[in-house]
Order: sequence, then C-alpha cells, then structure tokens
Amino acid sequence: MRSVRKGCARARWAGVRVGGVGFDGRRAVVRTSISVALATGLYGVSFGALSVVAGLSTAQTMALSLLMFSGGSQFAFIGVLGAGGAAGAAIATAGLLGARNGLYGPQVAPLLGVRGGRRLLAAQLTIDESTAVATAQSDVADARAGFWWTGAGVFVLWNAFTLLGAVLGDALGDPRRYGLDAAAAAAFLALVWPRVSGPTGAVARLVAGGAVLVALALTPFTPAGVPVLVAAAVAILVGVLTPMSDDEPTTPEHTGDVP
Amino acid sequence: MSPTATWLAVIGASAVVYALKVVGHLVPEHWLAKPRVARTASLVTVALLSALVAVQAATTGKELVADARLPALAVAAVALVLRAPFIVVVVLAAATAAGLRALGMA
Repeated sequence: MRSVRKGCARARWAGVRVGGVGFDGRRAVVRTSISVALATGLYGVSFGALSVVAGLSTAQTMALSLLMFSGGSQFAFIGVLGAGGAAGAAIATAGLLGARNGLYGPQVAPLLGVRGGRRLLAAQLTIDESTAVATAQSDVADARAGFWWTGAGVFVLWNAFTLLGAVLGDALGDPRRYGLDAAAAAAFLALVWPRVSGPTGAVARLVAGGAVLVALALTPFTPAGVPVLVAAAVAILVGVLTPMSDDEPTTPEHTGDVP
Repeated sequence: MSPTATWLAVIGASAVVYALKVVGHLVPEHWLAKPRVARTASLVTVALLSALVAVQAATTGKELVADARLPALAVAAVALVLRAPFIVVVVLAAATAAGLRALGMA
C-alpha cells in the first residue's frame, strides 16, 4: 500500500499548487482523468489492428473492447488465439490477467459507495487507470470524480480507437509485411515494463525471466497457449512461497499501465 | 477455429473477466486485501505478460524462431528505457520489423 500513500502525497502537493480543495482541485482531477483516458484510449488502435490480424472479425474485436474492457486480458486473448491456442487456453489466460481487477474492487468500492445497477457499472469500469487515479486523491469527492471520469473516458476512447484500428488492420493485408507481429510482442513488453523496471521490481524481474524460459522451453512440446499458463503457475508458486519485502508495490501507477 | 467457436470464446472470456471485477466489488475486504494475495496476483500478471512477449517474439507454431521480430523487440526496449509512450513503442517495433523484412530478413 506504500504507493497509495505516495499517490496521496503527490495529489496533496498538486492540490496546494492549484489552490487546495474545492473547485480548482476538482478541475485538476478531471484534467488528470482526461489526459490518462487520451493516452490509454489511443493505443486501442494497436489492439484493434492486432485483433483482426489475429483472425477475429471487427464485430468480435469490438465485443472484446466493450464487454471484456481490460487491455491486458484483451491483448492476451487475441495473442493466444492468434498463435493457434484453444478457446479454453485463451479464456484462462484472459481470466488470470483479469484477476488483478478483482483486487482493485476492495480499494475503490469504499470510496464510491454505490449500490445496485451503478455498482455493476462501476465494476465494469474498475481497471488499472481508474483505480490509480481514484486512489491517488486525498479526499473522497475527488476520488469519486477521478474514478468516474477516468473509467468513462477510457471506455469511450478505448472503444472508438479499437474500431479505428480494426478498420485499418482489415485494410492492411499481410501483417508480417508491416511488422505487426513484432508490434504484438512490443505491446506485451510495454505492458509489463512498468512492473519490472525501477528499484521495486527485483522479484518481478526474476519472475519475468523465469516465465520467458518456461514459455520457450515448453513451446515445442505442448499445445499453443499452455506454455503461457504454466508460466503463470510458476509465478503463483513464487508469490506464495518466497518471503515478502515491504517495498513491493501492489497498486497500479497510472503511467503506461494496462487498462 | 470457426466463427461460432471464436464468438463463444469471446463471450466466455468477457464473462469471466467481468465476473472477477464484480467479485472485487461485492466481497468485503478481508482476504483480498492481504498483501500476499495482491503480490501474487501482481507476479502472475508479470509472468503472463513476459511469457506472451517470448511467445510472440520468438516462436512460430511449435518452433523457436529468430527473425526480424527480435531486433524489433530490442528497439522497443530501448524506446521504453527512454520513456517513450506506448503507441510510439509499438509503432517503432513494427517499423523496425517491416524495414528489416523489406531488406530481405525473414
């Protein structure tokens, strides 16, 4: 939870700079939300293009962005299907990557205080970015504004840019000629980067290295999709069995993270 | 995979991911809020994404392959070290692979 405190300190400092709580503070939150939504929404283009290249239709691609609405899970899903993996492996991989959204719920639910239909809507918008912006605020009203503005903003732009990417990807033809297969690998690298770089990423770097070795070693011998799932099992063992240090972050920062 | 099977997978995976989000909002904090659970989930994310990097960059079907994707990935890594935005990283990698293939690399 260290990064939450760090986020609060940063938000308070920003609040002082723009004139404290109230209207000016709210405007700063909305401005942050919109810039996060723009940055995140924009790379919906790469998801849309890579999804049709992986063999999904434009309608299926849009269904993923509207219904699944979790970038890491979406990229993983099309990655496994595109590599020839079975439906079960694709669903399991997307689900495992989506598990962290389930951990954000207990962080944002007490801040939002919503019930019924609005709670179901809040759940769909509970992603890395909305959680990061909400938990970085120093008062509840700002946290609520940050959650809804960021969640709704990312949702609208992510879907709009997914559609654009799907249309572009459909028009391109042979994906290898445009290096789109390399773009998929680079997308995953960019998604994992914030989690393994920096001084707090030592255990994460070890797990990342182990996952690469396991995935490559198993590829010749197992059905597509299985190597990725076995790599996840290794991470669960490391997470459960190794001692913890205090400085491992558990909350997303809203820079370059997965929606 | 047939279009129907793909649709079933799309709907099934979306339902699983949404259900996980809802569970987070419905269960009281208790065990989900424990640092070790959060840490394990974070490490699983790292492992999945790292394994996907390896599979996307260095395999074709069941074979390990070294082609234009590897230098493209190296360019992406340099861009990330220089703190380039996501979309720039992805475009640079695609351009590198496309350029190397135009020059005759596999």
